[in-house]
Amino acid sequence: MIGDKLSISTAPFLKDDDSTPKIMFLVVYTLMPVVAVSFYFFGLAAILVTITSVFSCMFTEWVFNTSGDRSRSLKDGSGLITGLLLALTLPPGFPLWMVFLGGVVAIGMGKVIWGGLGQNVFNPALLGRAFLQAAFPTAITTWSPPDGRFFGLRGTNLAMPMMQGKNIDGATGATPLAKMKFEQVGTDTMDLLLGNTGGSLGETCGILLILAGIFLLVRKIINWRIPLSIVLTVSIFSGIFWMIDPARYPSPVFMILSGGMLLGTVYMATDLVTSPLTPKGCWVFGIGIGLLIVLIRNWGGLPEGVMYAILLMNAATPLINKYTKIRTYGHEKAK
Amino acid sequence: MLDKKLTFKHGVHPREFKSLSDHCSIERMPFVEEYTLPLSQHIGAPSKAIVVKGQQVKRGQKIADAGGFISVALHSPVDGTVSDIDIFPHPNGKVLPAIKIKCDPFSPQIRESSPIDFEQMDTKSFISSIQDAGIVGLGGAAFPAHVKFKIPEDKKCRYIMLNGCECEPFLTADHRVMVEHAKEVIDGIGILNRFVGAEKAYIGIEANKPDAIEILAEEAKKSDFPVEVVPLKVKYPQGAEKMMITAILGKEVPSGKLPLDLGVLVSNVGTIACLSDYYRKGKPLTERVVTVTGTAIKRPGNVLVPIGTPMRDVIELCGGITQDAVRILLGGPMMGVVQKSIDTPVVKGTSGILVLTNNEVKDLDQYSCIRCSRCVDACPIFLNPSMMGLLAKKGLWDEMMDYNVMDCFECASCSFVCPSNIPLVQSFRVAKGMLREKWAREKEMEENA
Repeated sequence: MIGDKLSISTAPFLKDDDSTPKIMFLVVYTLMPVVAVSFYFFGLAAILVTITSVFSCMFTEWVFNTSGDRSRSLKDGSGLITGLLLALTLPPGFPLWMVFLGGVVAIGMGKVIWGGLGQNVFNPALLGRAFLQAAFPTAITTWSPPDGRFFGLRGTNLAMPMMQGKNIDGATGATPLAKMKFEQVGTDTMDLLLGNTGGSLGETCGILLILAGIFLLVRKIINWRIPLSIVLTVSIFSGIFWMIDPARYPSPVFMILSGGMLLGTVYMATDLVTSPLTPKGCWVFGIGIGLLIVLIRNWGGLPEGVMYAILLMNAATPLINKYTKIRTYGHEKAK
Repeated sequence: MLDKKLTFKHGVHPREFKSLSDHCSIERMPFVEEYTLPLSQHIGAPSKAIVVKGQQVKRGQKIADAGGFISVALHSPVDGTVSDIDIFPHPNGKVLPAIKIKCDPFSPQIRESSPIDFEQMDTKSFISSIQDAGIVGLGGAAFPAHVKFKIPEDKKCRYIMLNGCECEPFLTADHRVMVEHAKEVIDGIGILNRFVGAEKAYIGIEANKPDAIEILAEEAKKSDFPVEVVPLKVKYPQGAEKMMITAILGKEVPSGKLPLDLGVLVSNVGTIACLSDYYRKGKPLTERVVTVTGTAIKRPGNVLVPIGTPMRDVIELCGGITQDAVRILLGGPMMGVVQKSIDTPVVKGTSGILVLTNNEVKDLDQYSCIRCSRCVDACPIFLNPSMMGLLAKKGLWDEMMDYNVMDCFECASCSFVCPSNIPLVQSFRVAKGMLREKWAREKEMEENA
């Protein structure tokens, strides 16, 4: 009756349905509408930037991963996420060779060098972007506004490698944050929600990011404590200053809807690998990010602070994990 | 729903699979040719055989004495002859001493026994009579019942708590016992309470057994001792002793302490029903209800099996197994013990025989830990399986002590939720074993020095 098919392993034999690739691809699916909207607003330029970024990330993953199982590290979908997220943080007119370089740095220095998926301290996409911001400060702050053209390339998309390139259309527009910072001019809330503003590919359409965030929360892919604590901290902290001097400081609504705030809150701060494990740690992490965002935006030299806020708190994550140990059942307090 | 069911924090929700057998009444296993009775079917010292090869024995006759205080007696499940006393395969994977009894095919297997007068007993003789009846916890661990029922002088038992949660998927033995033997369960509480003097008894039952809740609540009304049936939320591992206490009393059992330190005596419903069987009908523990189930069992059911029956015969009674069977477990799918053969006997701790197909047992790809913290949110005792898993992979057993690895009771919730299919609980079992071995070695060296 029972053949020699019986093999030995130990319980449990029931498994939850979610697997790591499934989680990663769910994140990818929620990113699809965001990516589609960026295509709608910025046309061919956005498509080229996205394809380059994804290709570069997957390629780097494959090239560097010589020791492990190559197909598996590509199959888990994490490289694809990094590629998409990196593209979403870049301006539509960004030179493609720089995009490629950003992808190599994101995966190579952001992930593989640490030991691959799960071992990295910094969010790979943000690390790639931080590198680009340091290396090409002009190109990464040259924004072309959505203008209804689909097929036209933008900015310096086609710059030759190692060149800054010449701006094709010459049209540049400031992002809402830059307008606020340098000209004290606000932007209409509806425009922020619907995406009719200048900015990176993925930081224009607020409403889609909010919906994606809600889906990921309901589906329990991301930890609710992190987005909630960031949004609350930013609202309260920036709200205090806005009430003191509404002419000088932006309102909490503007703070949350503008720039990379939503993209960062939903997809980057909640990166499973680089956020704390403990519930208390997630609160500390989120509050830290919120405070840093407001500090950098209101008083820093840059109009945008989400990237550095998240990267800085990423660096603090191992420490946060260490000091927010969970109290074990039946113990007086945490060890 | 407005009436919120009591429960504990964290935990997981595996698919239940209970409908395979929860409607099947308990059926009696016919007698088979030969029985194998291992001398260690319980936690503690093995029993000592008091029969010799070739000796005639009666059903219910004692064939082995308790081998110490933490040990129980063993009884023959049939009229027959002792055919062998040697070492035989035990369901725990080892080869251990056991008594084989050949069933007498011409015996009617009817046994004369009379009730045991416990009302005249003092606590001491009550405790030793339970030991003599061979009664152990039937929930799975098979801890000698009399050890638990002996309340140390410096402690007081305030509550008797019966565990009818049966949170392991697939298993329905306790469920059927509660439905079909509610009277014995309530009666058993009364008998036990004469000697422990508790204020109140609770019966914790997961809300997926409404019939058991209703029948027991009805039966409890007839008892002159206050018995409260508490429906608990369906969540794994609700049936873990600590989790049930926390759900009902809202208190945590301190690490390294026993429930009795909170004044609670916890026992499985089946164990308590055994008390009634023994004192009212004079039946020692020679048979138990076993759920025979799984997607690879042709006719799942709940069977009253004489202890020592080969598993093969029990499975055959339930129609045998299908072609695609790949795993046989004793117990549930979360904590059960994998069997490499079906020629081992049913023992006192066997609550279920579970046969799974490759629909449930999959060879899953393992990925890196992505620190999703699902295991942290699942662990019912608030451990950090993610960190412990990384330490275990590197063999850093001592460092795992900083994360209270010894508190882990191996419920496997962490491995169940892990999306990267990392063998978390499996590695904690290894870690605990390694640490225990190391401490034993150190102690030995200290003593020799």
